[in-house]
Amino acid sequence: MGRTIVEKIFDRHRIDTPGGDMHVIRLDVVACHEITTPIAINDLVARGKDRVFDPDRIKAVIDHVTPAKDSKTATQGKILRDWARRHNIRDFFDIGHNGVCHALFPEKGFIRPGYTAIMGDSHTCTYGAFGAFAAGVGTTDLEVGILKGVCAFRTPETLRIDIAGDLAPGVYAKDVILSVIARIGVNGATNKVIEFGGPVVAAMSMEERMTLCNMAIEAGGTCGICAPDAITVDYLWEFIQNDYPDKAAARAAFAEYGPDNDAHYADVIHHDVSGLEPLTTFGHKPDQVKPVREMTHQKVDQVYIGSCTNGRIEDLRVAAAVLKERTIAPAVRGIVSPATPKIYRQALQEGLIEIFMRAGFCVTNPTCGACLGMSNGVLAEGEVCAATTNRNFNGRMGIGGMVHLVSPATAAASAIAGHLAPSNRQPEQGA
Amino acid sequence: MKTFSGNVLFLDRSDINTDEIIPAKYLTEITKKALGPHLLEDLCLEGFTPGKSTRDKQVVVSRSNFGCGSSREHAPWAFEVNGIHVVIAESFARIFRQNMFNGGMLAVELLPDTIADLFNRFAGRRTRLETDFARSIFTFTADDEVLTVPFELSDFDRALVEAGGWVEYADANY
Ligand code: SF4
Repeated sequence: MGRTIVEKIFDRHRIDTPGGDMHVIRLDVVACHEITTPIAINDLVARGKDRVFDPDRIKAVIDHVTPAKDSKTATQGKILRDWARRHNIRDFFDIGHNGVCHALFPEKGFIRPGYTAIMGDSHTCTYGAFGAFAAGVGTTDLEVGILKGVCAFRTPETLRIDIAGDLAPGVYAKDVILSVIARIGVNGATNKVIEFGGPVVAAMSMEERMTLCNMAIEAGGTCGICAPDAITVDYLWEFIQNDYPDKAAARAAFAEYGPDNDAHYADVIHHDVSGLEPLTTFGHKPDQVKPVREMTHQKVDQVYIGSCTNGRIEDLRVAAAVLKERTIAPAVRGIVSPATPKIYRQALQEGLIEIFMRAGFCVTNPTCGACLGMSNGVLAEGEVCAATTNRNFNGRMGIGGMVHLVSPATAAASAIAGHLAPSNRQPEQGA
Repeated sequence: MKTFSGNVLFLDRSDINTDEIIPAKYLTEITKKALGPHLLEDLCLEGFTPGKSTRDKQVVVSRSNFGCGSSREHAPWAFEVNGIHVVIAESFARIFRQNMFNGGMLAVELLPDTIADLFNRFAGRRTRLETDFARSIFTFTADDEVLTVPFELSDFDRALVEAGGWVEYADANY
């Protein structure tokens, strides 16, 4: 019988089936950040197992709160930093080189088709955009990953979502994934891998696929996953050019990680995005979604553009196109956080930072910052933020604050309007 | 292997969730030990006093869907650092249950009738549990009342407990 993408990846990585429906798989990447890793490090030390399975396959970054804002976050950073040094983890990214993990690691070429990856972070699912299996895990699994380079998972079931139709101008990957979550609900993919396919996904850039897979977890999915193709090869080419004679060869090798025609799915959903409008969430659950058009009465105190969902260069380009030669409403605090130093530099070179600053935005260093309400834009009680992030949970950006999840275009248009508003400007051709 | 015998704490409610077991504000702690004083801090239950009721207890007996809510492993750790290595209930939230075994601890399901019987006969009394892990038998004792209850474990769960948890199991086997 045919296999799904994740079944193929499991078959290549399985080293044991210890019982209880568990599959122990080999890991190609164990990624770490300073919020969840220190407790794993301290526990390994306490067990007398302060070891790492392979320093080259461990990637670490201080990204959630950076620069440190208080003694507690400084200590978290220090534990990770000291550990990375004593184990010779070369791919450790600190101040000056650090950025949001799920933007930084893919940008460095660390995630490849057919790979397996874990991290103590829910949005690890982002890496599925490359045709990899990547899952957020708890501390014990992270410890075992660090120590042995393995992780146990239950037999993965796959939910296939085929996305077809014509995307209207002004409608982006963020709107697509919000429409998917609204359709299947916050538990629609619980404990399943979501395999995204269909012509809309095939036409998406890697950045857009990352936005899509990033929010798989908001529907309960362990991982979002897209079949690798020519677009994947183009994105990764600078990192893999010595491994293959040409792009066609890389593509042929990656084709192994496409799903079979007769693969078995737990369910197949055909999702038509023709006629889709810019969307926003309206409650504290990511499946509470409405057209922005119906929410224009909602004033916003803050607009946040950044995060592992929509803090990449394409997102900044889209937002800057909307903001160009305009200023944001006087009552709105605009914050933009390019997700990595590379993105920041690119945005500088392209003149995007200038556009943001002229419009009245504050530009922060690359960090998770306001996304999880730990720094750089925490909301006061009763305040409202239009954000390009992925979670609108109660209290996420500050106790008593409300977050409306939107695309970068909608965020920028809302900053100008002072209330939730769809954008009527499109990026210029070739921008 | 951890020890699975000791004094019993009865929590007479279903759906005791991970927020009640360990409030979210302690998730920023960087050691398991720091969670210790906060076990069940937010649990409101008649006859239960946080800090006091858990003192000198090594076993918890509760009703259904124990450990529901978030997937935080801090919940089993909060039990672990307090010396409570076994929770017995009608049913568990799946992730909590797995997290207990991953920590080398026991989350054992017994039939609703058996749980009801335990509450009827032992709740409110100074009760002790002796666990015969090898033979899968619990023995509850209060004064001169004794009840023996067999339990079941899968081979993998048993192996995890014998190893002392998933970290130790994986380190020994892979
Ligand atoms: S940007 Fe937000 S969602 Fe992404 S890793 Fe950081 S805190 Fe998590």
